Amino acid sequence: MAAHDHSLGPVLPPVKIEHADVVLVQRHSNTTVTDKIAGVVLWSPTPKQWFVIIAIAFMVLQLLPFSLGNLVVQGIGLWGINSPVGWGFDIINFVWWIGIGHAGTLISAVLLLFRQEWRMAIARFAEAMTIFAVMCAGLYPVFHTGRPWLAYWLLPYPNTMALWPQPRSPLVWDVFAVSTYATVSILFWYVGLIPDLATMRDRAKGFGKYIYGFLALGWRGSAKHWHRYETASLLLAGLSTPLVLSVHSIVSFDFATGLIPGWHTTVFPPYFVAGAVFAGFAMVLTLAIPVRKWYGLEDFITDRHLENMAKVMFATGMIVCYGYFLEVFMAWYSGNEYEWAMLMNRVKGPYAAMYWALWICNGLSIQILWFKWARRSTTVLFIVSQFVSVGMWLERFVIIPMSIHRDFIPASWGMYYPTVFDWGTFIGSMGFFTFLMFLFIRGLPMISMFEIRTLVKRPAEANH
Amino acid sequence: MSTYAPPQEQTAQAQHDPADVYGLMAEFDNQEDLMKACANARDAGYKTMDAYTPVPIHGLTDALGWDDNSVQRIVFCCALVGMSLGFGLMYMITMVWYPMNVGGRPNFSWPAFVPPTFETTILLSAFGAVFGMLAMNGLPSPYHPVFNNPRFIMASSDRFFLCIEAEDPKFDLANTRKFLEAQHPAEVVAVEN
Repeated sequence: MAAHDHSLGPVLPPVKIEHADVVLVQRHSNTTVTDKIAGVVLWSPTPKQWFVIIAIAFMVLQLLPFSLGNLVVQGIGLWGINSPVGWGFDIINFVWWIGIGHAGTLISAVLLLFRQEWRMAIARFAEAMTIFAVMCAGLYPVFHTGRPWLAYWLLPYPNTMALWPQPRSPLVWDVFAVSTYATVSILFWYVGLIPDLATMRDRAKGFGKYIYGFLALGWRGSAKHWHRYETASLLLAGLSTPLVLSVHSIVSFDFATGLIPGWHTTVFPPYFVAGAVFAGFAMVLTLAIPVRKWYGLEDFITDRHLENMAKVMFATGMIVCYGYFLEVFMAWYSGNEYEWAMLMNRVKGPYAAMYWALWICNGLSIQILWFKWARRSTTVLFIVSQFVSVGMWLERFVIIPMSIHRDFIPASWGMYYPTVFDWGTFIGSMGFFTFLMFLFIRGLPMISMFEIRTLVKRPAEANH
Repeated sequence: MSTYAPPQEQTAQAQHDPADVYGLMAEFDNQEDLMKACANARDAGYKTMDAYTPVPIHGLTDALGWDDNSVQRIVFCCALVGMSLGFGLMYMITMVWYPMNVGGRPNFSWPAFVPPTFETTILLSAFGAVFGMLAMNGLPSPYHPVFNNPRFIMASSDRFFLCIEAEDPKFDLANTRKFLEAQHPAEVVAVEN
């Protein structure tokens, strides 16, 4: 092979870029883009923060085998769920994680259809987030069945019991939607990686060359390959767009088709989808802000990216607030005493603190995003994102246990208190997610190199 | 453009056995030169050729005189199959394999079948898009002669290549080399099979 050294790319001096209003700071060529992004994985020193975070995440992750292991051995009586509250942390966290995943698909698919160039730098990262979030989400319904080794009974297949799932139930739609979503997300992510895996193959040394080479499938950047590749990407984006809207709509049908006050509303599908995007962008910001700083990726993930994400988060947050207003309005306007009792239970019932915390996190905290300086401040965005993540979790708490713990007959009312195993599973899944995210950052190019190369201004263009 | 020291051991005058030659490969350091070279090669009557680039370039396949819509066809067929299978499955479950009376509602409640049918349509279409694209591109391919050019590893980073293949009826080692050298390449090399 070639004798020249590939490990030494040109070293650009760090430049303080104040409020870069571009999608790519234009001091890059195709070469420096490759060197910087592939270098993060292949030869640049790993920042010490990476070791700290992955060590903490790995320790937190140990809660998962502990909680779930006990659960499998002893049964779901270890959880706080009871009658009437049959859906507790398991479903709250399922909906929360699925929602977080939605931002990845939105960025990679919907923004691709709209030809938004700011998508390119964050899409890979956000898609990885989608996959790991869906993996975390998938844990909950599987373990909620109580016998996770029989989870394949959810799928329609010919069996000796002659039993079939009932396709008139939204819970069965959920199985189809979430499994399709997970599969398509992984395919979309992998297809997006192939040209970059080829770059990694060509730049890596030692054993890594074989791993990246195997995964790159022999990609050689042929014009004919690119032609079909771009068609496939566009089609996948076109398919993923209705898919992502359908997934959270179907998740919301799990509730909306029920008769329980607080669930039985038609506003649920759009309100759930907006909430999903809201929570997802908050998570992208939570991860992108520190990672960009630790790895010095300010040239690629500029303030423009952060501001655009803040705008999407703000817009979807306002849609979510509209949903909250509508729930209040309909409780009054319907004249239905059970709907009104549901609202009063939220406002001043035993869980009222969570309802008001929800308004503060999702309604009040985002109002600062009216101001441009706030949308461009990493500190403000990071803090607001934390509020939003907590707020969206509270929203699911408000909707799920707070609606079913007091239904029509006071004799059947009850309370729901999560146990240490509920918390262990939840916090453990956060450790699992963070661990996978940081493994991904270490092992694969976290920014799409070939797409960033298309943003590089070429000398010939400058002359026109 | 490139900051690497290009290897010079393979000189333009190296002798090759014509039977072993896969094609002649010209290297360009920018995509404008590559586009022009492709269009010129097409106009000069070359047909069996391919360009290799680190970025997708709009109009490059037009410049090569090549077009293809097989992926679209595959995805369309997969969508129809996915839709039929999904709806068929719902129909068979509710009408034949496990009919169940739910509050006296009709067993054939087709609106309830729409969400799962939609999901199976998307799932099979996505399989069609990904595996169809890979299959039509002949991937995975563990070996390809273009990698025999030691500088080809730059095709995934910052260099642009045009390879006119020996299978082309108009291919002639000397004349084609002359043609490619007139396109302002950085280098022209013969690629062995």
